[in-house]
Amino acid sequence: MDPELLSRIQFAFTASFHFIFPPISMGLGLMLVVIGIIYLRTKDPKWRQLSFFWVKVYGLVFAVGVATGVVQEFEFGMNWADYSRFVGNVFGSLLAAEGVFAFFLEGGFLGLMLFGGNRLGPRLWLFATLMVVIGAHFSALWIIMANSWMQTPQGYEIVSDPAPARAVMTDFWEVVFTPSFMPRILHVFVASWTAGAALMLSVSAWYLLKKRHLDLARSNFALALPFFIVFTIGNVFLFGANQAIEVTQEQPLKLASMEGLWQGTTCAPLYIVGWVDEATQTTTGISIPCLLSVLAYFNPQAYVQGLNDFPGDPTPPINLLFQVYHVMFGLGSLFVPIGLLGGLLFAWKRRIYETRWALWLFVVTVFFVEVAIIAGWWTAEIGRQPWVVYNVLLTADGHSPLLTATEVFLSLGMFVILYALLLALFLYLLNAKIQAGPEPLEEVETVDMSSLPDTFRDVFRRRDRADVKEQP
Amino acid sequence: MTLSDVWFVLFVLIVAGYLILDGFDMGVGILHLPVARTDTERRTFLNSIGPVWDGNEVWLVLAGGVLFAVFPLVYASLFSGFYLAFMLVLLVMILRTVAIEFRSKEQSPRWRSAWDTVFWAASVGLATLLGVAFGNVLSGVPINADGNITVSLLDLLTPFALLVGATTVAMFAGHGAIYLVMKTEGELQERVTRALPRLLAAFFVLNTLVVVAMVLFQQQITERYLDEVWPIIFPAAALVALIAAWTFVRRGRTFPAFVCSSAMIGLLIVSGAIGIYPNLLISTTDPAYNLTVSNAASADNTLTVALIIAVIGMPFVLLYTTGVYYIFRGKATVDSDGY
Repeated sequence: MDPELLSRIQFAFTASFHFIFPPISMGLGLMLVVIGIIYLRTKDPKWRQLSFFWVKVYGLVFAVGVATGVVQEFEFGMNWADYSRFVGNVFGSLLAAEGVFAFFLEGGFLGLMLFGGNRLGPRLWLFATLMVVIGAHFSALWIIMANSWMQTPQGYEIVSDPAPARAVMTDFWEVVFTPSFMPRILHVFVASWTAGAALMLSVSAWYLLKKRHLDLARSNFALALPFFIVFTIGNVFLFGANQAIEVTQEQPLKLASMEGLWQGTTCAPLYIVGWVDEATQTTTGISIPCLLSVLAYFNPQAYVQGLNDFPGDPTPPINLLFQVYHVMFGLGSLFVPIGLLGGLLFAWKRRIYETRWALWLFVVTVFFVEVAIIAGWWTAEIGRQPWVVYNVLLTADGHSPLLTATEVFLSLGMFVILYALLLALFLYLLNAKIQAGPEPLEEVETVDMSSLPDTFRDVFRRRDRADVKEQP
Repeated sequence: MTLSDVWFVLFVLIVAGYLILDGFDMGVGILHLPVARTDTERRTFLNSIGPVWDGNEVWLVLAGGVLFAVFPLVYASLFSGFYLAFMLVLLVMILRTVAIEFRSKEQSPRWRSAWDTVFWAASVGLATLLGVAFGNVLSGVPINADGNITVSLLDLLTPFALLVGATTVAMFAGHGAIYLVMKTEGELQERVTRALPRLLAAFFVLNTLVVVAMVLFQQQITERYLDEVWPIIFPAAALVALIAAWTFVRRGRTFPAFVCSSAMIGLLIVSGAIGIYPNLLISTTDPAYNLTVSNAASADNTLTVALIIAVIGMPFVLLYTTGVYYIFRGKATVDSDGY
């Protein structure tokens, strides 16, 4: 087998697996901050109980996210050495910035967040949580920034003497704010928040179905639902649409491939489902007339460029791209009515708590949110092919030249086995946590909260040192 | 001193930071099976590194990112050339993370002892692999005209590299033991204290062998030290730090001992770095193919940007790293919130 193909499969596999976890780190983290704020304002112990519960889930998600994230940073050099040589000047500094600004924030405060409930007062515990969550967002920010440069590169020039040829940064701010960066980061943030809210809804709905922890589950469900509704609507109508516009402007060939639009046309249709036959250059399926023109240009009569408008340009695998894009688009659009339905049933005398089929719908929604997020990432990445840096460097030219198929085959096999094991362990422990449920506050709170340091002054005041040390 | 020299110094400091910090939690892992025996003792070991090990590992990720940004040619050659070796590094790093996080999540003794073994093996494995990699960086690798390394996994396991690997394991075990003396109490602390002299002695013997092997076989490095003499103060200072650590241990003053042990690790890395400077990767094929501080570096624009990022970011990093260590100071205990 071709080592480059194996490397592609390996990168797609490891990146996709890793990408299950960061959205939850961001989204669940945001919800934890919300819960922490509510607790500080209401002092209702149920929110503190929920914090203890969700922090444990968070620790589990974070552990797998970190374990699989390190792989990504090394894989560029390992499998894509020529890519690394070419982009190091530009792309490398963004990764280094991620390390400095994001990972240390996360890594530094994670211990305080996970073990802080009995060491820090509620305000400082919330502060530690907030720092971890900001760190998780920073991490996504730098990664999307780096990836956006690969999608819409600017702010560089190519220097080929001395060899090897490389992209040299000419303007840092142009590299940072490429045209695709802002639309993409907003879309990713809101999608991640959706995943966090969906996870809370899922677990709460499960408890409601099983008649466990009813009081907590109701509060938690009622808290997460409005966030879910706002995030899903926002992402379809605002941030997703915004990104479609950006792709239309910056990567029109990618948009045409995503929609399987062969012949450019005014009043271009948007497919709900369909199939692209690349041999006959036809796309068949159910479509809404003119909607693509409306989405891309706010004008049903606008001309949308088709694949035939780019004769000779290399294209991505069109049907594959079409399918993953429509999985994301279709699921994303479905979440809106699901959220609204939940909202209606809730407003209608809290009937949602008794409506079993609707609760089941919320139990499973989080899995589909994850599928939609991964499909979105695939759309971005497959849509860029066969380029690794759009219109600048081919993926094939970025591969490590001396890597053999055997080597990549071994590593790919290792990752498949290891990640399957990780996923099984993760699901097993997550399930165990959920089945165990939120513990009574008396059991998780091993010290008197009022004795804990709750301001920076408390932490660093000499008098309190003994107190902190003496804890059981 | 050019910008790329500045970055060479900073990169060496980041690597030293990583080895000092992750070194002690790797050391705790190396001692996890042989020294801690009961479940409570092992949980105490894990809790001693619980709040900090993840932050420690970030230094490696930072080193990777910095290498990518400032010496992309080295990053590309090293990681693709040592492909399977780095795959093993990733494997043991993942296993180590998972073992720490998952071990205490189930009550079953078999579950726990299985993860204890994984944690120990992964810690030993990671220390060995890092040592082997460092040994190969010191002795040079076959780099071709395109900057690619033509070497297989087994070729990396030279006697010299394996010796450096064993030395690294002993070094981290000693470093971790000093840390554990600070963080434990009672019978467990006594047991760690009893093991310490043997660990430090083993490291001293192995490290002496490494030095002898370098003088005999790594002429490039020896010549550099003979040519410029003054850099000899770094290995000399490392020796002084080791003796000082030993003395402090015997007087029961473990925090200064830990500081000395940290300094020693840092000084040894600096000594190695001075030995290969201005090279980053020495080619055994042809000196013309060496990857050096100047020919492998990014353009000045990138180096400047990266420097600005470091100047803005690193004070924060040091601030909250210190803060976390401060808050979790004192003896490690076993209670409901921990491992």
